[in-house]
Amino acid sequence: MSAAQVTVIETPAWPDTYGDAAQPRVGFFTDTSLCIGCKACEVACKEWNQVPSHGLDWTGESYDNTSDLDSEAWRHVAFVEQRVPVGGVADGAPDSFVAEAHRQALADEAGLDGEAGADGLRWLMSSDVCKHCTHAACLDVCPTGALFRTEYGTVVVQADTCNGCGYCVPACPFGVLDRREGDGRVWKCTLCYDRLVDDLEPACAKACPTKSIQFGEHDELRAHARERVERLRAEGMAEARLYGEDPGDGVGGFGAFFLLLDEPEVYGLPPDPVDTTRDLGEMWRTMGVAAAAIAGGVLASLAGGRR
Amino acid sequence: MTVAGDGRRGATAVVSPEAAHSRGRGAMTERGEFRSYYGRPVIKKPVWTWEIPWYLFTGGLTGASSTLAAGARLAGNERLARRAALTALGGTFVNPALLVADLGRPERFLNMLRMLKVTSPMSVGSWILSAHGGVATLAGLTELTGRAPRLGRASELAAGAVGTALATYTALLVGDTAIPVWHEGRRELPFVFAGGAMASAGSAAAIVTPVADAGPARRLALLGSALELGTAKLMERRLGELGEPYGEGSVRTLKRASLTLTAAGAGLLWSAGRGSRLAAVAGGAATLAGAACERWAVFRAGFASARDPKYTVKPQRRRLEQHAVGHPAGSGGA
Repeated sequence: MSAAQVTVIETPAWPDTYGDAAQPRVGFFTDTSLCIGCKACEVACKEWNQVPSHGLDWTGESYDNTSDLDSEAWRHVAFVEQRVPVGGVADGAPDSFVAEAHRQALADEAGLDGEAGADGLRWLMSSDVCKHCTHAACLDVCPTGALFRTEYGTVVVQADTCNGCGYCVPACPFGVLDRREGDGRVWKCTLCYDRLVDDLEPACAKACPTKSIQFGEHDELRAHARERVERLRAEGMAEARLYGEDPGDGVGGFGAFFLLLDEPEVYGLPPDPVDTTRDLGEMWRTMGVAAAAIAGGVLASLAGGRR
Repeated sequence: MTVAGDGRRGATAVVSPEAAHSRGRGAMTERGEFRSYYGRPVIKKPVWTWEIPWYLFTGGLTGASSTLAAGARLAGNERLARRAALTALGGTFVNPALLVADLGRPERFLNMLRMLKVTSPMSVGSWILSAHGGVATLAGLTELTGRAPRLGRASELAAGAVGTALATYTALLVGDTAIPVWHEGRRELPFVFAGGAMASAGSAAAIVTPVADAGPARRLALLGSALELGTAKLMERRLGELGEPYGEGSVRTLKRASLTLTAAGAGLLWSAGRGSRLAAVAGGAATLAGAACERWAVFRAGFASARDPKYTVKPQRRRLEQHAVGHPAGSGGA
């Protein structure tokens, strides 16, 4: 599909409910092929939004000491170290360093290269963030209206309304939201809503030195992303793929979508995320039958008389 | 490579990063393998605490008690109706207390009633709870005071109807999440909870009502127990690998306790039909405990299901592979 055919993906409540106040839908295109793992995005986000620290925890997970998105981490840089044997595609770990060294010696002797350099090691680095889904499960289940769709098509939680019921936490198919300990409310990426209204780009996009994080109008980002992934594939990166760009996926496409160099689950992302609201009609009907079963059961029990 | 000890790994085996996320390609699901990011969960476990599984229990007990009260009144069984109505009245105080206590900001509980959002079982449930609370309290108070009998009877009927929703909407509360064992159990959970509600309401009434008038309560408890256990079994069978949490750890213990207690309770309640109040009390108590264990089992199973990435990744990867067989991948899509 050519880039020229990219259309705007509308969301529930945007642009409809905003009328003239609606702004173009914005989002992120995070091109992980450009990420250098500097974590400037994590720092900038925390600084701008005054997000509290959750301490320093040496996780042993490569350079990733943040581990996950949560109420204290609205950008999270993931690091994946993959062994790439002679011949290309990443495969299982060698049995031991001795076996690995032996194999590398053989490769050196034969003058063969691993992918991405002679050391046979490939790095995947990605800055994860709230996806600001077109069909956002968190927004669908929020009972207080704290979570809402902004005039930019983004999803934001209002801290002055949230009562910490926590329903959005297990509802999110990406595990983005979390309740802040000691505070009781849920916090997440706002796509720097307060910067958007002053025509500034989000802090993470501004700080990113390689423009791995690209901010802009959503349809333009999608067009650019499609060109980018085709170019990467033409250059031999067969595993390059877009994640969340397709409006046909289970959440209607992400406001903040990605270019990944391996399967989503390798980065800790769900391969086929779904907004479970799509099953809710069926669930209400099942509930109706079950409720009727209670009434029926009571009547049946009474039919036998008092004894 | 050593991994720094960190409590988050818990009981899972520590694997090297390479092994955890760089398994072989292709035919992955056939070999039962999957890839993850250092074995970390993909989704978040709930932030809900002990108040919620107890609420699943008391909400069912309360709602079905209202229905039993309304039905018994229509059948002319005044003694049974009174006791069921007063049980429901007690529940109307306990239920909101549990829910409010679980909030991160309990003082903001009224924000639940800022709107009615039909895409949110919690929003709809808050209104069901409020509506039931209103009419069940009226029904209970008129029963206690003997005043305004016509208002009381009308309220009781309304409470009986809304009570069926109160007892079952909680199944949607857990089912409308990304947690695999809950979401994939969505077709059976409303019946598990309905059965549990019937078993609980019948048991509670059988405990406090004279044996001669409690026949319908005992029968309701037996019916409910059968529905609860039967549909729970069906659910676990249909879940397949996703149902593994029900067979492991503390969840397995709770499931076994639920089965044992409910079966023993059913037996005792059945024998109580011959006139033993003691058997009715023991049987009712056992069945109530069994229903509570069942709710705790479902609750804890959700946490285990969220913890292991395989329950999220494998079915989704399988779904994508099946879809790809039908429709070749488009440009740029994942």
